Amino acid sequence: MTRQMTGAEMVIQALIDQGVDTIFGYPGGAVLPIFDELFQQEEVRHILVRHEQGAGHAAEGYARSTGKVGVALATSGPGATNMVTALTDALLDSIPMVCITGQVPTTLIGTDAFQEADTVGITRPCTKHNWLVRRIEDLPAILHEAFRIATTGRPGPVLVDIPKNIQFQTGTYENCKDKALTQYHPAVKAPDAAIREAVELMAAAKKPILYTGGGVINSGPKAVALLRDLVKMTGFPVTSTLMGLGAYPASGKNWLGMLGMHGTYEANLAMHDCDVMVCIGARFDDRITGRIDAFSPNSKKIHIDIDPSSINKNVVVDLPIVGDVGSVLEDMIAAWNARKPVQDKAAHAAWWRQIDGWRARKCLTYRHSAEAIMPQYAIERLFELTKGRDTYIATEVGQHQMWAAQYYHFDEPNRFMTSGGLGTMGYGLPAAIGTQLAHPGSLVIDIAGDASIQMNIQELSTAVQHNAPVKAFILNNQYMGMVRQWQQLLHGNRLSHSYVDSQPDFVRLAEAYGAVGIRCSKPADLDDAIEEMIRIDKPVLFDCHVVSLANCFPMIPSGKAHNEMLLGTDVSDVDIGTAIGAAGKVLV
Amino acid sequence: MMIVAGQSQSAYFLEEEFPATERSHTLSVLVDNEPGVLARVVGLFSGRGYNIESLTVSEIEHSNHQSRITIVTTGRPPVISQIMHQLGRLIPVHKVINLTWAGDALERELALVKVAGKGEMRDEALRLAQAFNARIVDATLDSYVFEMTGAPADIDRFVGLMKECGLVELARTGLAALARGKMGI
Repeated sequence: MTRQMTGAEMVIQALIDQGVDTIFGYPGGAVLPIFDELFQQEEVRHILVRHEQGAGHAAEGYARSTGKVGVALATSGPGATNMVTALTDALLDSIPMVCITGQVPTTLIGTDAFQEADTVGITRPCTKHNWLVRRIEDLPAILHEAFRIATTGRPGPVLVDIPKNIQFQTGTYENCKDKALTQYHPAVKAPDAAIREAVELMAAAKKPILYTGGGVINSGPKAVALLRDLVKMTGFPVTSTLMGLGAYPASGKNWLGMLGMHGTYEANLAMHDCDVMVCIGARFDDRITGRIDAFSPNSKKIHIDIDPSSINKNVVVDLPIVGDVGSVLEDMIAAWNARKPVQDKAAHAAWWRQIDGWRARKCLTYRHSAEAIMPQYAIERLFELTKGRDTYIATEVGQHQMWAAQYYHFDEPNRFMTSGGLGTMGYGLPAAIGTQLAHPGSLVIDIAGDASIQMNIQELSTAVQHNAPVKAFILNNQYMGMVRQWQQLLHGNRLSHSYVDSQPDFVRLAEAYGAVGIRCSKPADLDDAIEEMIRIDKPVLFDCHVVSLANCFPMIPSGKAHNEMLLGTDVSDVDIGTAIGAAGKVLV
Repeated sequence: MMIVAGQSQSAYFLEEEFPATERSHTLSVLVDNEPGVLARVVGLFSGRGYNIESLTVSEIEHSNHQSRITIVTTGRPPVISQIMHQLGRLIPVHKVINLTWAGDALERELALVKVAGKGEMRDEALRLAQAFNARIVDATLDSYVFEMTGAPADIDRFVGLMKECGLVELARTGLAALARGKMGI
């Protein structure tokens, strides 16, 4: 079926044909024709944000919590450049996102026209792919290919830049949803020989570990179910990156907690001491490996990843398997069942005894206080009071993010929206709004810091306008806590510009936006205040005053190995000042 | 080693043992000839801190809009392999092959060499040009422009000699390369 329509109509029609029900955007001169079409239809809901970066992160939150594509719409020039952070964030965390930007008319491109920027040039390194549409004939195929590329293989953000005259021109629209415009067809199925070899290695393992990542969640619900089957079948312990939390339930008995720089003692030592490591949809990021030449020195490493460039990038592995996690796990489980391996029960029992010994260190213990709220305690209470509900958690970036990962326990995937790879402060509030709009009846909480929340605080207005009753739970310690922690570690406790003076009154700020503000500073009042926050069916800023100098432990200082962790209970100020050597100081 | 878009690219089956030393590699990259494709390739190299020693690009099939990019880069085998995989990730890239790993590839470059002078040096320049099979493409009473095609090392030697004979300026095309034998990319 082909139809004649304008470029602007094609954009809306393609969104409808792709099953998009919600987009996030901000109007401007170069996208007015598209906004005019939005105005004249009811199938696609447009969420007006307050800053294009907010539109991008909201689209990311929408995508991560639903498994669908997030769509953002912005004008040319500043609209597009404001989107750059969100695009980069989505690229590093492999979030499927389609961004549509307006551009000055083709006749003005290159003339430094008003609000002209080289959008495809600027976004080339921060998208999976992008297009400048030069002819109306190309527009339908590009729009549909944008969705295909964003969602297949390793997901990521794509951008379609559409000059204003193309939006006005009339052309022939065809729903080419299932036609490929480019030759991009990433391999999904892995070779059988690799699967068989992996099963042999896993069957013979005495000290195995599964190291899982965001790729499991990106692959979809089937991959998540298969991972759980694999754990049941093999009895292997499981740890996960920040991005993979929830794929294996935190309440599961094989769960070791998150690994890496602020991971648990048991997860990191098990990674260090294992003899077979199965990396599933993770990428050996520096936050995971610590010192690379001391990373898990005695293990055979199997790496499952759909992106061949992830393999052997940071860590050389023994058995790479290129393919989709869901497909590979399915084949792996079938091969395991066919072979019916006899595992070394005694070795496994000894391995679990060793793990239980590490668990007994209770690495997440912290000093309690009756007078002031410990940040860890605040997250623990938030978890206890929300765990029975249909809850989604977003975070900003910093100490509060790590405490959320450590003390809030996820039993399901797609429940934790956080900026892992790029570490974007200001991600959480718009991401929570995107999540809330996808799940209107659910409880959506942005665990925030007092510094991060102010990076996109304007989106509170978006939440109020669109009746998105998100709760920003601010751990307010008056510092950029993670910056301060690193200044203590690296720079002799000289706290250069990490103290936030002249903070706003968050309660009155909430009220000014038409939201609700709650303040709490005593542990005894915390439960009631959290209950009140949950009851309020409006956006809430919860100003939780916590002790100002708490630090985030356990920690692998930069340049150190997994077995050189600092634990919170036995670390002194002197340890903190000397924990990182000269070589580690240059690392980030 | 060859990376083909859409095929299983398991390094397990493709990567053999290579000497661990840093050396220069010639990569041949088949791409869609569309706006920005060269910027994507060049941006990948600069963004990830890889070297480009030489880069040549030209359309090779007009009917299906394909270009061939020949890149000379330097690195240890794991870095080269990472570069190839990163190139393979680009959407318009169809194939990436490493001609250096594939064997003794044919590598040719064209140079235009301008020399100026009179008398003895002018005669010497002409004799050397004949010895190197360089053609005269422009001549005046006090200058020559030679055109030479050959392996980059031969051009280097010719240019080195021309420096003694009044070299004025030089233009080189960068490398064009193909694998020997009947197989194509």
